[in-house]
Amino acid sequence: MSTKASTTASPYAPPAGPSDDARATSLVGRGNKEGNRLFRSWFSELTTAQERGEKAAYVFVMGSMAELLRVFDFHTIFPEVNGLQTAVRHVADDYIAKAEDYGFSTDVCGYVKADIGLQFRGGEHPMGTIPPPALSVYTNACNTYIKWAEIWERLYGVPIFTLDIPGTRRSGGQTWPGSADFANDLRYVRGQIDELIGVCETVSGKRFDIDKLREIMGYANRMSVAWKRLIELNKSTPAVYNAVTDGTVYLGMANGFRGREEGARYFEDLVEELEYKAAHGIGSPFEEKYRLVFVGVPCYPIFRRFGEMFSEWGGTFVGSTYLWFASGGANMGFEYDLDRPLDSLAEGVLVTVRDAMDAMFYSNTLLADMIEPFDIDGVVYHPIKSCRTVSTGLADSRRALMEQTDVATLFIESDHMDKRVVSEAQLKNRIDAFFEGLATRRQHRAAQVVRQGREG
Amino acid sequence: MVYAAGVDVGSTQTKAVIIDENLQIVGRSLVDTGASVTLAAQNAYRAALADGDIHEEEDGVGFIVGTGYGRYKVTFGDAQTTEISCHGRGAVHMFPDTRTVVDMGGQDTKAIRVSPNGEIVDFVMNDKCAAGTGRFLGAAATALDIPLGDLGPTALRSERPVKISTTCTVFADSEILSWLGKGKKVEDILMGVHRSVVSRALSLMRRVGIEQEVTFTGGVANNLGMVEVLNQELGFRANVSPESHYMGALGGALFAMDRIVAGRSPAGTSEAVS
Repeated sequence: MSTKASTTASPYAPPAGPSDDARATSLVGRGNKEGNRLFRSWFSELTTAQERGEKAAYVFVMGSMAELLRVFDFHTIFPEVNGLQTAVRHVADDYIAKAEDYGFSTDVCGYVKADIGLQFRGGEHPMGTIPPPALSVYTNACNTYIKWAEIWERLYGVPIFTLDIPGTRRSGGQTWPGSADFANDLRYVRGQIDELIGVCETVSGKRFDIDKLREIMGYANRMSVAWKRLIELNKSTPAVYNAVTDGTVYLGMANGFRGREEGARYFEDLVEELEYKAAHGIGSPFEEKYRLVFVGVPCYPIFRRFGEMFSEWGGTFVGSTYLWFASGGANMGFEYDLDRPLDSLAEGVLVTVRDAMDAMFYSNTLLADMIEPFDIDGVVYHPIKSCRTVSTGLADSRRALMEQTDVATLFIESDHMDKRVVSEAQLKNRIDAFFEGLATRRQHRAAQVVRQGREG
Repeated sequence: MVYAAGVDVGSTQTKAVIIDENLQIVGRSLVDTGASVTLAAQNAYRAALADGDIHEEEDGVGFIVGTGYGRYKVTFGDAQTTEISCHGRGAVHMFPDTRTVVDMGGQDTKAIRVSPNGEIVDFVMNDKCAAGTGRFLGAAATALDIPLGDLGPTALRSERPVKISTTCTVFADSEILSWLGKGKKVEDILMGVHRSVVSRALSLMRRVGIEQEVTFTGGVANNLGMVEVLNQELGFRANVSPESHYMGALGGALFAMDRIVAGRSPAGTSEAVS
């Protein structure tokens, strides 16, 4: 049980709670409840930011640079998070239609169109009001990020900054500290960070403060350690959280509160909850029959139903590539060296954003490594129409995994935003067939064991 | 004698099959699905009983599995199983060396890869598009004013087939009319249509991997032209059973018999998780 207490007055301070003893019994479910509360507080803060004259930076989940932007007191706005919230709340269609009315093609990413719709509606969002950008910072982890930011540049006349992160050149070909290639990549990223500091100073009107960066990076370190532990904890049987449904709450927190004390404390408390669940064999409310890994981005337009289509069969997602790439590679548990903050920031950004890209483009090896330790029965691939970056190559990745292992796989297609290309009946049919196959496979395996026992 | 039943409620037609303990088909029926799915399922089931001269109250049908898109509307059924599992099961029952199943129905085409022990290893279906399904053939039949049953024999008379470039069922009419306008023969247009449909099915089959033996199931397998074109493209002959149209219902009945015989939930029924 956490005994940490905030020493500063914060809008995120938890409400007065029961005694420590009583709190111990109320651990289960605390992470989701507290996550939802903090999430709402965050959007409330964003809603009033403009009134207070505070500036916002539009960023993305893969390489948000939150640590650096917070030094200059920028609010970090995640259009991807805003977008998925409109889909989960069943209003994405209105936002997407507004962008399409303007001329954006049906083929353009649903996140982009939801954001364009949001901008045309003056930032009006189901969770509050999103302030306009003063700056946008993005990496090359997603090619759409770049064109997306150019839209804000034209709409608002604000500076945009591309952080170009050298990616993995071939599967398994990452370079690490000690190699000349890594040193070159690191120098390249560090140079860009120096340049970004100058841009932030100009836009914010505030001087760079390395001690403030150090403090923020300390919070990010605590969150990274907890995030890595969170991923590992789902080796437990039953799984202590659902990587798709609960995982989405955790991702919202990991992005929105990165580099904040509240975020660090949230994840440390969450780990405490999950460790408690693991120690006491507490899993989902339903019986866990099949342990699954999810590859891709969830189907937000029918998010609850999508999860139910698996849980009704006793399927639990114990892991997902989404927890890797949409956390910006936090799964690596990278800890900054606070004695050399800028070099370490560059190193962290390089390896984590690269890992986030690898989670999309080279997932098969990473997934194969999960099968045994996480006791995986099946891998579910969910390519989405909107996002070619995430989806292209998933069919090949799946084929490669099937050649490496005999794990069962399912390939279902829909979208993360656009309900027009989500067919619940078709999804259900395929999901049902997948579980029927898993049931048959399990029966055959059991029969084989019985036969072998008789024979020998 | 104990009987088991499978009722396959498809988008256009509903099929029912009754099997006995020897796993032999003793009754079958086929009705148009129409707007009342539950009624169609009931009618098909009753007609299959009548076909087998089975009196439900006296003989007893021990278990009924609903399958197909309307499987949850088989309200009198005991369990539901997807048509993917049922077609795989039916095909392996009829042709035990089946490794690849291609099922072509009214609005679905599915390719299923089966392991040597009958497990469904992989499957893929058409998505949000009726290209490559029976619906495409239906659109051609309507455009050319030819009964569905005559499509295959007519196409097989073709000497110079045209190339149908559209894969869209909605736009099939306009392309067919444009070929007619150019003076092309009906049989040549129809062969083009058949080839177009087969090319889409082959694409799905390649995604799961084509391994012999291939078994062709579903209503479209009754079309001799489709069978011929598929065989040409595969380079070998696919298995086609006289019961192809009933393969999903047969698979459902086999799963139902599993339940009766073993006294437990058959592999792959939704009851298995209840």
